[in-house]
Amino acid sequence: MTVPISYYLVLAAVLFSIGAASFLIKRNIITIFMSIELMLNAVNLTFVAFAHMWHQITGQIFVFFVMVVAAAEAAVGLAIIIAIFRTRQTLNVDQVNLLKN
Amino acid sequence: MPASYLWLIPLLPFAGFLINGTLGRRLPRALVSAVALIPTFISACLWGWLWFSMKAPGAPESIQSVVTLFGNNWIQISGFHADFAFTVDHLTLIMLGVVTCVGFLIHLYSVGYMAHEEGYWRFFAYLNLFMFFMLVLVLSANFLLLFVGWEGVGLASYLLIGFYFKKDSAANAGKKAFIVNRIGDFGFLLAMFLLIAHFGSLDFHTVFSAAAADPSTCGIYTAITLLLILGATGKSAQIPLYVWLPDAMEGPTPVSALIHAATMVTAGIYMVARSHVLFDHCPLSLGVIAVIGAATAIFAACIGMVQHDIKRVLAYSTVSQLGYMFLACGVGAYTAGIFHLLTHAFFKALLFLAAGSVIHALSGEQDMRKMGGLRKRIPITFWTMTMGVFAIAGIPPLAGFFSKDEILFHAFTSPNPLGKLLWLVGLITAGMTSFYMFRLWFKTFFGEERFEEHHSDAHHGDHAHGVHESPLVMTLPLIILALLSFIGGWVGVPHAMGGHDEIGEFLAPVFSNGTAIAEAASRGTELGLAAVSVLVALFGLFVAYVLYYKKPGTAASYAAKFPALYRVVENKFYIDEIYQALIVAPLLMFSRLILGTLFDGGVVNGSGYLAGSSARGLGALVRKVQSGNIRSYAGWLALGAAAVIAVMIFGH
Repeated sequence: MTVPISYYLVLAAVLFSIGAASFLIKRNIITIFMSIELMLNAVNLTFVAFAHMWHQITGQIFVFFVMVVAAAEAAVGLAIIIAIFRTRQTLNVDQVNLLKN
Repeated sequence: MPASYLWLIPLLPFAGFLINGTLGRRLPRALVSAVALIPTFISACLWGWLWFSMKAPGAPESIQSVVTLFGNNWIQISGFHADFAFTVDHLTLIMLGVVTCVGFLIHLYSVGYMAHEEGYWRFFAYLNLFMFFMLVLVLSANFLLLFVGWEGVGLASYLLIGFYFKKDSAANAGKKAFIVNRIGDFGFLLAMFLLIAHFGSLDFHTVFSAAAADPSTCGIYTAITLLLILGATGKSAQIPLYVWLPDAMEGPTPVSALIHAATMVTAGIYMVARSHVLFDHCPLSLGVIAVIGAATAIFAACIGMVQHDIKRVLAYSTVSQLGYMFLACGVGAYTAGIFHLLTHAFFKALLFLAAGSVIHALSGEQDMRKMGGLRKRIPITFWTMTMGVFAIAGIPPLAGFFSKDEILFHAFTSPNPLGKLLWLVGLITAGMTSFYMFRLWFKTFFGEERFEEHHSDAHHGDHAHGVHESPLVMTLPLIILALLSFIGGWVGVPHAMGGHDEIGEFLAPVFSNGTAIAEAASRGTELGLAAVSVLVALFGLFVAYVLYYKKPGTAASYAAKFPALYRVVENKFYIDEIYQALIVAPLLMFSRLILGTLFDGGVVNGSGYLAGSSARGLGALVRKVQSGNIRSYAGWLALGAAAVIAVMIFGH
């Protein structure tokens, strides 16, 4: 039996929504980072699902690109997070407002 | 004189103005005087040349010269054009002589009078600027250039009245003169617009020949001439716009003599005489001028009788004498008006300069109550002023007698239905003139000395050493003017008295057409009228003699008997106060409340504030979005995405 495409899409939407919601709600910068990863993975899931459905390789390749970007972002982002923590002694984004005004 | 030199006459004083105006501050006083005096003197010489070349047999009746300016046409707008053109005819020649010769004498006098003043160079620069504009006014060949000169002399007059600009009263007097004159100039401008509309030109020759050829359309001429009269009442200080002239006495005395007695204020009479072709078509306008002139003459004479400031007496006298000239024009006797203008320029300039010499001697004192007994102390001033007083009072055979008598004769014989009344008013005025001039004479030069000797004072610096006669540079113009006041009238001795009225013959080419004067009036009438006016003048002299010399103090007791009347006259009939209450105050109120508070405060400021605050409100709204908080950006993004999805799903 084949799983209909809509199941994948619904799952991806749910995952994306959870990611987006926690991005908005959470204050801890590491959690925010994780929710971005969650949203990216939700998008990856839709790409793979459509690639499988249409028997096309393009979607799979896009997934690789997204993963590369995510890895690079994690590397740079974590370095920034560590630097911020060292100087400000906090990971709460509301208190990191150096560039405000 | 070749026409091509004509432009030199006004241009020379202008050059003097430019040099003194730009460099004068750094030049020594002697050089400033030279720069101011020499061009004026050359202008006067050029006038002399012009005079002889136009008196020569076979000379043209007028010469014209166009200054090439900005291409050949000064102003050219489709169909209309005006040249920067000068013209000279016999009328101009007389005015020109007054302006250049009297002007030069007053320049000379000023060298002495202003010697110890600050801003010496500034005074002479202004004086030369005035000469330039006055000469432009007199020489112009069209109404537009005349208006340029007209406005220019107003400017110079404003600058000179306010010469002591640190004094509030002087600055205010300058402003008053300028603003009151604007009202008259407004009339003049409208008249010019009507001239353009009707004739399509402002050129004297074009306009007057067209008017002479077409006497039927009376309405437009009446409108034009009434507006011209409005302009003339402003410049020549007639009712209702005379109020600026007495205040103008705040300026230095030579200015009062030159501008506010001899030249600029006569511009109105000159303009009316110049446009006589237009006026001759409108009996109404002529009547208006005659009535205004007569009313101004007697009204100003009334006020002049009780003034205490020596210069103000002369100022009201000027207003009154200008009224005489208007009266002459109003009864069609333009020649008599110009004749009186000529003699008045001599004796009134003399009187002002002599008064200046008195003021100079007393170190700035102008109140006649603090003078007296000056006859022995300043003899030259006394004798010259005596000449002026007798001349203006109309005692024969001095200048004022002939010109004033000519006017009275023409008023009496004029076909104007009011003629006899106008004559009577003129006659009474002549008596009053005689009275207040002799009052001035007795109060200043006779009786006990009421002044204080100043040994050191602020007005004239450390040179003052009590009462002293003026230097030669001041007395020389006095003597020349006194001589002219004596003999000046002889150019117009009427036929009835055995003369042959040279000025009448001289001006005949200008006023030939239109001046329908009853020359037929008998010799007896003229002699009789002359006798009456001499008697009236002597009566004025007698009254002044009794009141101010024989029994000093009688005048004060009469004044005490009619305190209300005296106070009204002494306060100049409260005309200034009435103008203040009826015109100035409502205007200020309207400006402050309606225009200031309502319009400026409400509409102008309101719309400005509205634009500002609405922009700021909009900014405050948008600023909330620009919080710098990444999560709120993301939230807006998510909301937008959700909205897009909602539209895509449910939109169809």
